[in-house]
Amino acid sequence: MSAVTDLLQQVVEGLGSGAVYASLALALVLIHRFTGIVNFAQGELAMLSTYVAWQLVASGMPFWLALPVTLAVSFAGGMLVERIVIRPVQGAPELTVVIVTVGLFIFVNALAGLIWSFTVKDFPQPFPDGAIDLSGVRVDWSTLGIIGVVAVVMGLLYLLFQHTSIGLVMRAVACNPSSARLSGIRVGRVLMLGWGLAATVGAVSGVLVAPVLFLEPNMMGGVLIYAFAAATLGGFDSPVGAVVGGLFVGVAETLTGAYVDVIGADLKVGVPLVIILAVLLVRPQGLFGRAAVERA
Amino acid sequence: MRKTTALRAAAAATAALLTATACSSQRGQDAQDTAAGGACKGQQTTGITDKTIKLGGIYPLSGPASAYGTISKGVAAYFKYVNGKGGIDGRKVQFIVRDDGYQPPKAVEEARRLVEQEKVFAVFQTLGTPSTAAVWDYLNKQKVPQPFVATGASAWGTDDKHPWTVGWQPNYVAEARVYAKFLKDERHKAKVAVLYQNDDFGKDLLGGFKKAVAGSGIKVVAEESYEVTDPSVSAQMASLARSKANVLLDVTTPKFGSQALAADAKNTKWNPLHIVNNVSSSAAVLQPVGFKNVQGVVSATYFKDPADPHWADDPEMKTYTDALHKYAPDADPANQFNAYGWAVASSLHKALDTMKCPTREGLRDAVRNLKDVKVGMLLPGVTMSTGHDDAFPLETMQLMRFKGERWQLFGKPVDTRKEFGPLTK
Repeated sequence: MSAVTDLLQQVVEGLGSGAVYASLALALVLIHRFTGIVNFAQGELAMLSTYVAWQLVASGMPFWLALPVTLAVSFAGGMLVERIVIRPVQGAPELTVVIVTVGLFIFVNALAGLIWSFTVKDFPQPFPDGAIDLSGVRVDWSTLGIIGVVAVVMGLLYLLFQHTSIGLVMRAVACNPSSARLSGIRVGRVLMLGWGLAATVGAVSGVLVAPVLFLEPNMMGGVLIYAFAAATLGGFDSPVGAVVGGLFVGVAETLTGAYVDVIGADLKVGVPLVIILAVLLVRPQGLFGRAAVERA
Repeated sequence: MRKTTALRAAAAATAALLTATACSSQRGQDAQDTAAGGACKGQQTTGITDKTIKLGGIYPLSGPASAYGTISKGVAAYFKYVNGKGGIDGRKVQFIVRDDGYQPPKAVEEARRLVEQEKVFAVFQTLGTPSTAAVWDYLNKQKVPQPFVATGASAWGTDDKHPWTVGWQPNYVAEARVYAKFLKDERHKAKVAVLYQNDDFGKDLLGGFKKAVAGSGIKVVAEESYEVTDPSVSAQMASLARSKANVLLDVTTPKFGSQALAADAKNTKWNPLHIVNNVSSSAAVLQPVGFKNVQGVVSATYFKDPADPHWADDPEMKTYTDALHKYAPDADPANQFNAYGWAVASSLHKALDTMKCPTREGLRDAVRNLKDVKVGMLLPGVTMSTGHDDAFPLETMQLMRFKGERWQLFGKPVDTRKEFGPLTK
């Protein structure tokens, strides 16, 4: 294998893990657009949704039926979480809400462990097994599948944000809840919708990655850190940014691990941290994000 | 002013009271501690009487490692079974289980509770290298035996500052030696790629392997590590595949074990002999990957697998299955962690039987003076031996290969102490 194919193979591996990060980053971006907060429990909610899908499939439901049911359950579940857990602290400082999501993270993780135990479960692979060979570079069908689905979700979110009235409404709510309420927007409903949609996108992410990562309660914990790096890099309010950021983080992580000897596999976990730090220092709004403007 | 005086008086009274209780409890403990007479005079008899013996175990009943928690059920079932037959040398075993959630600080808290409040005879067992390392200083300072810890770190046997702690299961270095011996015999020119967890466990096994193959034709051509916080090991597996090694040594914990086995199966261009370490050899790891994808994988073990029909007529296995049904109805006898619990509890029974004095000192000396002790649940040819310079009861393992839907033992049990000499630091 030549050095070039070698490099390309590493890039493909990086894109594969990057697509995983991007899928969760999309959910983070979505909820940030709707509610203005960063949801630390997003990964765990995605994991919980994946368990729902697993349970349905394990009890005999075909995968392609279990998937829409799971998405519906996740949508309802996300709205319920907003209503029960987040609504009581709505209006409190952002930090309070963030702390509540951290609590939710721990709770959901323990709950999944209690119900399904911490042993790994296999999750059905929706994409065909095997790989295609592009002049020496092996690309798994599952990698292509994940990238494809992520691209579709990204497109849908873009349309939602830019070309629908609900997109406008949620921007108003995220920007200034009080003014939005005064102009007749039902803020509570919009926030519930935001949590529901984010949980649905999260569920897609969980279902996509579970066949590769194997399902267990800590499945999304590691992914979340990289998803944060992806969203920070791309900008917390841009779906395109989240995907580009995710792919970049994945490739950067894989290449530094493989080619920079000092870093090696030991330190590659530090790559997302460096990215987060660098972006926050140089361009806090991210590559594709818009800087928050405050009226003086 | 008056207030201060009153406060002072109260403080003085409290202090006096505290001193009094402290003294009396001290006296009480002393009286209890040194009740042994005769040749055993002056030795500690806390937690042991002519009729009872009190043991305390700390296991992860909750949290990420809670799958191991069921070991305590196998242990408890064994003691209940023995109690039903009259106990150990006439003593009924009282076994107290505490949960540390696999968190070292909690393990310390629970160890203190077991020693200071429950006043156990010994802490049997602590599970996991982090929890065991967290409590061994305390237990040794308190002179409380910590026999047969449920971890394979080589630290327990090579250390000389903790005489009250002793390992049980074959340590990771011994396991590495078994694989090294296997490769020397069957693939003496093997090029080995290693995937390992970047912590004491992974480094212990990898270090042991490198030492064991040093000077032979076997070369480690690639090493990749992962952190337990990594989402997946697919990038590491891709790097290892580039090495073109013909053997993959897979030193992982369960989830990553599944990922590595799946990644290996998926990559049809690279087909190394896959050796998966014992920690990740359970059915819970292999089944999610699909049995058809793990055919021919090699590992090593030392006790009888309750799921293996080969042992269906084994008398010990029958006793075990019946006892589990009777005393631990919620535990699955086919789960090898329960069999592990049974094996280690019966090993402790054997050690207790050889105590010269029914004291903590007696147990400390007994577990370091085992000579070829047979235990029913261990594989034939695997026995416990220790000495004053050898705190590794088990150092023999047998290789197994995955075929069909289960592991099949092959070759002879490998006594790593005989093959490679005693393990030093």
